[in-house]
Amino acid sequence: MKSLKIAVLAKQVPDTRNVGKDAMNEDGTINRAALPAIFNPEDMNALEQALRLKDMCPGSTVTVFTMGPERAKEIVLEGMFRGADTGYLLTDRLFAGADTLATSYALSSALRKAGSFDIIVGGRQAIDGDTAQVGPQVAQKLGLPQVTYVEEILALEEGKITLRRAITGGVETVEAPLPVLLTVNGTAAACRPRNAKLVMARKKAEVTAWSVADVDADPAQCGLSGSPTKVKKVDSISFQAKESKRCTSSDEDIRSLVEELITNHTIG
Amino acid sequence: MNWYKDTPEIKLRLENPLMKHIVELKEHGFADALKYDYAPVDVEDALDNYDRVLEIVGDISENVIAPNSEGVDRTGPSCSGGRAHYAPGTAENLEICRQAGLTAIEMPRRYGGLNMPSTIFCAASELISRADAGFQNLLGLQSCACTLYEFGTDDQRDRFITRVCNGETMSMDLTEPDAGSDLQSVALKATFDEAANCWRLNGVKRFITNGDSDIHLVLARSEEGTTDGRGLSMFIYDKREGGVTVRRIEDKMGIHGSPTCELVYNNAKAELCGDRRLGLIKYVMSLMNAARLGIAAQSVGISSAALQEALSYAADRKQFGKTIDNFPAVYEMIAMIKAKLEASRSLLYETANFVDIYKSLEDIARERTLTPEERQECKRYSRLADALTPLAKGMSSEFANQNAYDCIQIHGGSGFMRDYLCERLYRDARITSIYEGTTQLQVVAAIRYVTNETYASMVEEMLSEALPAEFASRQERLREMLAKFRAATEAVTAVKDQDWLDFQARRLVEMAAHCVMGALLLRDAAKAPELLLKSADVYLAYAAAQVEGHSSFIKSSDPAMLSNYQA
Repeated sequence: MKSLKIAVLAKQVPDTRNVGKDAMNEDGTINRAALPAIFNPEDMNALEQALRLKDMCPGSTVTVFTMGPERAKEIVLEGMFRGADTGYLLTDRLFAGADTLATSYALSSALRKAGSFDIIVGGRQAIDGDTAQVGPQVAQKLGLPQVTYVEEILALEEGKITLRRAITGGVETVEAPLPVLLTVNGTAAACRPRNAKLVMARKKAEVTAWSVADVDADPAQCGLSGSPTKVKKVDSISFQAKESKRCTSSDEDIRSLVEELITNHTIG
Repeated sequence: MNWYKDTPEIKLRLENPLMKHIVELKEHGFADALKYDYAPVDVEDALDNYDRVLEIVGDISENVIAPNSEGVDRTGPSCSGGRAHYAPGTAENLEICRQAGLTAIEMPRRYGGLNMPSTIFCAASELISRADAGFQNLLGLQSCACTLYEFGTDDQRDRFITRVCNGETMSMDLTEPDAGSDLQSVALKATFDEAANCWRLNGVKRFITNGDSDIHLVLARSEEGTTDGRGLSMFIYDKREGGVTVRRIEDKMGIHGSPTCELVYNNAKAELCGDRRLGLIKYVMSLMNAARLGIAAQSVGISSAALQEALSYAADRKQFGKTIDNFPAVYEMIAMIKAKLEASRSLLYETANFVDIYKSLEDIARERTLTPEERQECKRYSRLADALTPLAKGMSSEFANQNAYDCIQIHGGSGFMRDYLCERLYRDARITSIYEGTTQLQVVAAIRYVTNETYASMVEEMLSEALPAEFASRQERLREMLAKFRAATEAVTAVKDQDWLDFQARRLVEMAAHCVMGALLLRDAAKAPELLLKSADVYLAYAAAQVEGHSSFIKSSDPAMLSNYQA
């Protein structure tokens, strides 16, 4: 089989799994100093799938794309420490403040610039925004088929790929033609560790930084100006133990709980 | 979170000034930088590499091996069809370590290794052992490759070490049903098969850690008619050749992360490693020294786990209206665990540094003649390493046992239940003072350095180093301990009775160990008082009392009382 060009979309995110009381600023924005920046967990699962594709098809290359401030180059390096070949950091004041639409525009411009990829893999969603929109939007902008919620690559043949994806209540096996974009679930295999030799060889690697102009993007569609999403208000809500309520497993208790949740619009 | 980054006490030991010298010796002028993209260009670059690799180990230990450890302990390995099978968690641990490239940390780059010193391998072993001591056994057996490297031919190195670098595992097949501590009685038979132009092995080995490994180093009797160590040679058995089956695996008290196998050799094809007759007296001795250092590191890892478990439980458990770490009886136990851990650590890394210096010089000697100064240095550190290795193995393993015991004690009744990790630590720790030579055999190896003054002059030398003024009284305390140790040694040797010396040997060796470990810990505490000074003081108070106790015993005893101990 001919070697593949594989791209991984990865994001540096604040570690929202360890949120303390100082996680939010008073104005409702995230206090980045209180939350360590990490490789978005599901993007790590995506990286593993990309590296497995490379293992299946020797000679293939894996390229990491990330967008963010200068320090987000750590994401590219982290990918390279685990087996990716190279990567690009999209960094420019004009990229800042992007919602999912502007982000997918920026990423698709970079992917076009870097050449035609056979397989683009990203995590299902990032733990800061939880939108799960960027992957599908990139596919749409590049005119590629997409398979979301991927858990495992079952087969790779010339020009097509077979995948297992998670669906509500079960799994589904799908076949897709290449080129294709995949988004990967956290239930997929964990990423392999950093490799000692790769870390030593690449610790001082230069990461290519691309600006809006470098990827031939339209500044009006990037960053804040390209983002129709407007954040009206963010509340910091801490649940307290006194708000808890104990229910038994009787039909009556469950019915009254569900009714209460529907009435106060928690569900439904 | 990362165990390596969260334990500055480890990194501190790696910042020893000797490390720069070790890097220079290991890297022979940094020539590898021209050939390998991962080779360092200077000392600083190499030290940074060590740090980064240990960060990988810290991550894997905390996030892969530790979470798997309970399952591994419960499931354990299995045996069927003449083969041993790892517990699923063990297999995963091994695969992750292979992916991370950690299966040949010390081997030269030309075979695919990382060319790192033993000191770094010890730090990796400590971290892994904190997560699962049994898995550390398995991964630690990569040090067999060092023996193969030292004594094998170029061709053997090319064929076998490369495979270890690619992730294959090793074992050292020494023990037999009738040859445990007494390896001179090894009976596994090696005969030369003229027709096939190879050696054939026949017989049984027992208690072989990771005995179903890919590449075995085997001690066997090649000289017909001999009965002692001089008739034994070392062989390499390659599993790909076949001929060895696993008859059973042991149902052990602890370290379920590695299968312990009984092996049957049935005309197994093997090749000689090194010269005939030197198997035990030269090669296995070298192998054992490396293995003993490995057990010292394993013991430190177990002590480190015991400390963490004790600290977190005592800070959480409330009795009589407060958390139990507020009670003197409890915080004394925790402080003692930490003091014994830190004393073990200081000794472990000092020993590893000495090993690195002489082994690196020996390696340089394979390429060129050493200068007279280098020869002198090699000899000096080789002797010091030989002296410290049995102390490190003996004391760290005994301390690991004591620490695991106290860790359960701090947990009270809960610690007796399998719900808490301390219960496993207690079982895992127990073997450390037995295998690779019991504590009693470490005493046999160490006693000559008691009587020839090696330990005493080491301590004296350390006490002559200038430390800040506030350390003067602590140094004085060590001087008093040293004087008692010397007086006790003199009193025992003056009798000129071997049985008497053997009887008192453990006491004398422990006195030496307390002086050496006290001096080393004090030196390290002077570098980072915020991390270690309290532990150094706790240790010195304990060590002084131990030395006093042994001194008093020796003073008040005489050879006539030996008969009281005999049946």
